[in-house]
Amino acid sequence: MKEQELIPHLFRTEFTKISAVLCKLFGIEHIEIAEDIASDTFLLAFETWSFKGIPANPVAWLYTVAKNKAKTYIKRSQLFEGKITTALKNSSTGIHEIEIDLSDKNITDSQLQMLFAVCHPSISAEAQIGLALRILCGFGINEIADAFLTNKETINKRLFRAKEKLREEKVPIEFPNEDEIIKRLDTILTTLYLLFNEGYYSESQDAILRNDLCLEAMRLTYLLVENKYTNHPNVNALLSLMCFHSSRFEARKNDNGEIVLYQDQDETRWNEELIAKGVYFLHEASQGGKISKYHVEAYIAYWHTIKTDSAEKWESILQLYNHLLQIEYSPIAALNRTYALSKANGNAVAITEAEKLNLTDNHFYYTLLGELHKDTDNDKAKQHFEKALLLAKTNTDRQTIRKKIDQLSTT
Amino acid sequence: MDEYILIFRHEDGQKVASPEQIQVWMKHTRDWIGGIAAQNKFVGGNGLPFEDSKVVGHKGVVTNGPFGEIKETIGGYIIVKGNSVDEAVEFAKGCPVLQGDGNTVEVRRIAKGDGVH
Repeated sequence: MKEQELIPHLFRTEFTKISAVLCKLFGIEHIEIAEDIASDTFLLAFETWSFKGIPANPVAWLYTVAKNKAKTYIKRSQLFEGKITTALKNSSTGIHEIEIDLSDKNITDSQLQMLFAVCHPSISAEAQIGLALRILCGFGINEIADAFLTNKETINKRLFRAKEKLREEKVPIEFPNEDEIIKRLDTILTTLYLLFNEGYYSESQDAILRNDLCLEAMRLTYLLVENKYTNHPNVNALLSLMCFHSSRFEARKNDNGEIVLYQDQDETRWNEELIAKGVYFLHEASQGGKISKYHVEAYIAYWHTIKTDSAEKWESILQLYNHLLQIEYSPIAALNRTYALSKANGNAVAITEAEKLNLTDNHFYYTLLGELHKDTDNDKAKQHFEKALLLAKTNTDRQTIRKKIDQLSTT
Repeated sequence: MDEYILIFRHEDGQKVASPEQIQVWMKHTRDWIGGIAAQNKFVGGNGLPFEDSKVVGHKGVVTNGPFGEIKETIGGYIIVKGNSVDEAVEFAKGCPVLQGDGNTVEVRRIAKGDGVH
C-alpha cells in the first residue's frame, strides 16, 4: 500500500528533476531520450521496490539508477560519436568521467532553463502548456488529455509537433541574458497562468488532478520567485493571485462535485494560510513601479478574500476592473466589471452598461443580465437565464443556471 | 474601424474644486473609461495638468498659460475605437467633463496614415 502511494508522488517530482537535468545535458534535440531514461528509471523502481521494499533513501536510489542509465546510454549510443560528443567536448573529460549533476542547485537551474526553453515564443501557447505539463510537471499523456478534455492522440500529436519545433528552432537550454529574461518572462507567466486556470476551471471530474495542475503551476512560479534573475514584481503578483484563488479550492465544490458560487461559499473552508501567502507575495510584488495585469487581478482576488460586502470593497473592485480592462480587454473581465458596477453604482446603471457589451454569444452575459433584473423584473430575468441556458456549454454551467431559474419561480 | 480622439475642453481651467468634488469627478471619469474599455473600444488617454503649462506664441514668446487670454483650455483626451463618428459621439456624451456648464468634448477622427486620408 505504501509503495502505491509513494511512487506516483516520487514520479511527479523526481521525473521532472531527472528529465530536466538530462535534457540540459543532452540538448533539447534529445528531449525524448531524457524522458525515456527518466521513465525507465521509474519502471525499474516499480519492479524492484514492489518485491524488495522501498530503499532507505528512495531519491538517492533513483538518482544513482538514472545516472547509470544515462552513462550506459551515452556509451552505447551511436549518437555519441556525433552530436553528443560535440555537445560534451568542452568538458574535456573522458566518457567514464561524465558527471551527471543531480545536485539541488543544478536541478533547479535545469528546471528553470527548461521552463524558458519550453515557453519559447515559436511554440503555440497550447503546446507550451502541454510540454510544461509533460516535462516540467511530470504528467502522463492520459492525465494531460483528461485535463484538456481531449484524447491521447491529440495530445501526443501536439507534443510531437512542439518537440519538433524546439529541434528546428534549436532552442538552447540556458538562461537568456537579463534583457531577454524580461521579454521572455511575459510568455512564461502567460503559460503558467493558463496552466493554473486549466486546473482551476477544468471540467475534468478528477478533483485530485485539477488540484495538482494548480499546485504545479504554483511550484513553477515559485521557482521563478526563488531565483534572483527571475524574481520580478509581476512574478510575485502572479503567485499572489494563484494563492488567493487556490485558497478557495476546497470551498468551490460541494460533496457532489458541483460548483459552489462565490456568494454561497462557506468561508470557513477558505484556506487562511494561502490567503496569508497571497498577501505576502502581493506585498513583494509592490516593490516595483510597474503594475501588470497580474497585480490588478491579484488585488481583485485579494478583495474577494473578504467575504463581508462593503461599499469600499465593491468600489475598489470596480476601479480595479476599470484598470484591468485598460491594460487588457477580455469578455469575462468586462462582465465582472459590470457586476461590480451593479454592486457599487446600482443595478439600473449596470443594466444600461451591460446592454452595451453586446456579448450575445456568451452565456455569462445572459446570466449577468438575468442577475441584474432579478427581484425587479423576474420575467425579464427568466428570459435572460433561459437564453443563457441555451448557450451554456458544460453541464456544470447548465446546472448553475437551472438553479437560478428555479429560485425565480419560488420567489 | 476608426480611431477617434475625444478632446475635453474646459471653459475655465482655473476653477478650483474641493477635494471631495475632485474625488467624485475622478470616480466618474474612471467609471466612464472603464465602460468604454468594457466594450473593447478604449485605446488610450491622459489628463493634461494645468500646472506648469506654457503657451509658446509667434516669434517664440512664452507665456504661462493657457489661462486668461484663452477662453477654453484642454484638460485631457482619450482615444476610442468606433465604427462611425456617431458611435464616438455616444461615448463623448457620457464624459463627466460635460457636467461642467460650458465645457465641451471635441470628437475628431484620427488619420490612419495609410495614404488615403
